[in-house]
Amino acid sequence: MGNKLLFGRVFKYGDSIDTDVIIPARYCTSFHAEELAPHALEDLDATFASRVQQGDIVVAGHNFGCGSSRENAPIAIKGAGASCVIARSFARIFYRNSINIGLPILIAPEAVDGIEDGDEVEVDPATGVIENKTRGGKWTADAFPPEIRNIMDNGGLVGYVKRRLAGMNT
Amino acid sequence: MNLAEKILAIHAGRDTVKPGDMVMAKLDMILGTDVTVPLSVEVFRNMGAEKVFDPNKMALVNDHFVPAKDVKAATLSLTMREFARDMKVPAYFEVGRSGICHSILPDNGLVRPGDLVVGADSHTCTYGALGAFSTGIGSTDMACAWAIGELWFRVPESTKVIVEGEFTPMVGPKDLILYIINKLGVEGARYQAIEFCGCAIEDMSMDGRITVCNMAIEAGAKTGLITPDRITRDFIENIYANPTPYTPKRGRDIGGEYGLYLESDCDAQYSQVLEVDLKDVEPQVSIPYLPSNTKPVGEVSDVAIHQVVIGSCTNGRIEDFRAAAKILGDKPVHPDVRLIMIPATPQITEALIEEGLATQFLRAGAIISPPTCGPCIGGHMGILAKGEVGLFTTNRNFRGRNGHPESQVYLAGPEVAAATALTGRISDPREL
Repeated sequence: MGNKLLFGRVFKYGDSIDTDVIIPARYCTSFHAEELAPHALEDLDATFASRVQQGDIVVAGHNFGCGSSRENAPIAIKGAGASCVIARSFARIFYRNSINIGLPILIAPEAVDGIEDGDEVEVDPATGVIENKTRGGKWTADAFPPEIRNIMDNGGLVGYVKRRLAGMNT
Repeated sequence: MNLAEKILAIHAGRDTVKPGDMVMAKLDMILGTDVTVPLSVEVFRNMGAEKVFDPNKMALVNDHFVPAKDVKAATLSLTMREFARDMKVPAYFEVGRSGICHSILPDNGLVRPGDLVVGADSHTCTYGALGAFSTGIGSTDMACAWAIGELWFRVPESTKVIVEGEFTPMVGPKDLILYIINKLGVEGARYQAIEFCGCAIEDMSMDGRITVCNMAIEAGAKTGLITPDRITRDFIENIYANPTPYTPKRGRDIGGEYGLYLESDCDAQYSQVLEVDLKDVEPQVSIPYLPSNTKPVGEVSDVAIHQVVIGSCTNGRIEDFRAAAKILGDKPVHPDVRLIMIPATPQITEALIEEGLATQFLRAGAIISPPTCGPCIGGHMGILAKGEVGLFTTNRNFRGRNGHPESQVYLAGPEVAAATALTGRISDPREL
């Protein structure tokens, strides 16, 4: 999931942020980041897409990304410029989709408690260390299971499948 | 092991699995729809894949934005149509022969007990009604699954929901699952498999089981499943006795033609157990903006409703329309209400006609839509304007899902929906 440090301003939201508010189905006739990004989180916070800067961080409560299987949801968030999402917990399909498209996601309940909207936060996706640069505080996100880490370190699921297909052809 | 664990173990080629294990498992069926397939096609081509692992283990279903709601939707379907042709996928469902995927797959014999099924649609958990382990994935996962026929799974913990007793009048499977989701909470079974059991589940028809398993994801679950039994076997054997052009003609690698009839061991483990007695389950209504915000209908008084939708992968089956018809009788829809009926498949539409329900609905002032997900995802065929309030038999009432962000949707079963269509206010069908 990359080893570059992430740094940005926080957009903080509540629990059960569903895929319908992340990217409403009325925009899901497209799956391209540039078309989805202007509508990211539109029905929750109509100002998000215009205010978010490259590298900014979305922080939320429980069950982030619940609802639909639409991969358009993490694509929209990533396309809008957000560098990662920190939450108390993630819904299952959103979790898989984020790993598959390379949007870093971190499960860190204590960090969510210690970060407010507008804070500036630094995240090391390799170690899971999250630091609040505005008001202090340092936390470590739950580590990914080794099998998922392995998928991420090898170019994601697509990289894995590419290598398997190459092996099948030789 | 429990039912979910057994299915995953068999498909992973292992003797046993336990919650938390990560396994690569062989897939029996991969479902895609017009809204999720085109991105998968792009990922599939970009990874250099040329052919799918087995076109007989795929289904491609036009349902979300069909008949095409605009040029972009038409292009999505076109992409899927061309891919189906290139890959020679027999189970490609074209408009006219297609319907809502979660009715199309079971009704065409494309899902059997014991199967491991994935679908790029979150309500793929529906097929647990047939005793399959079946779960939603995204488009990248689907592209990879098409290429190699396998995916990684984390073996889930399981929640057991035991339902005893008999339904009281005007209460049905939708009321039960809304009640259960309320008890578990919107993420009460996150990442878990929900195993539904007990006398009330054993007595339930396949249509009812489909409604119950369909909404497992609204408690965050990975799948919801029911031990396959006589009712399952009758359902499957009936399809194989009366095959459609899409019914697979040959057996599959795992489970043969009729599937695997597995059940949980006596000492199977569950992370939580919920016991429900149907005498406690009244007609339910979920209040905006979460499916788990459920209350007995009597506590949701005096809400004016502009539009009622009966349909979706949750409640678009013939038994749902029969339940609605019983409440409607020969009475007209309230003048301020639009009642939209969306049978899930062309065959269900045909049944509405044969049973006289179509005429009854039209004379009441309802409209009958072609099979589509349509308004359930805010696509088309009944979108709500700013400030409008709907009562739908669908599965989600998130903000903006069904139209304008300032519209609202209440969720209920077909009985409450029909009663509400008559009165123009959320109504208890027992009090009409």
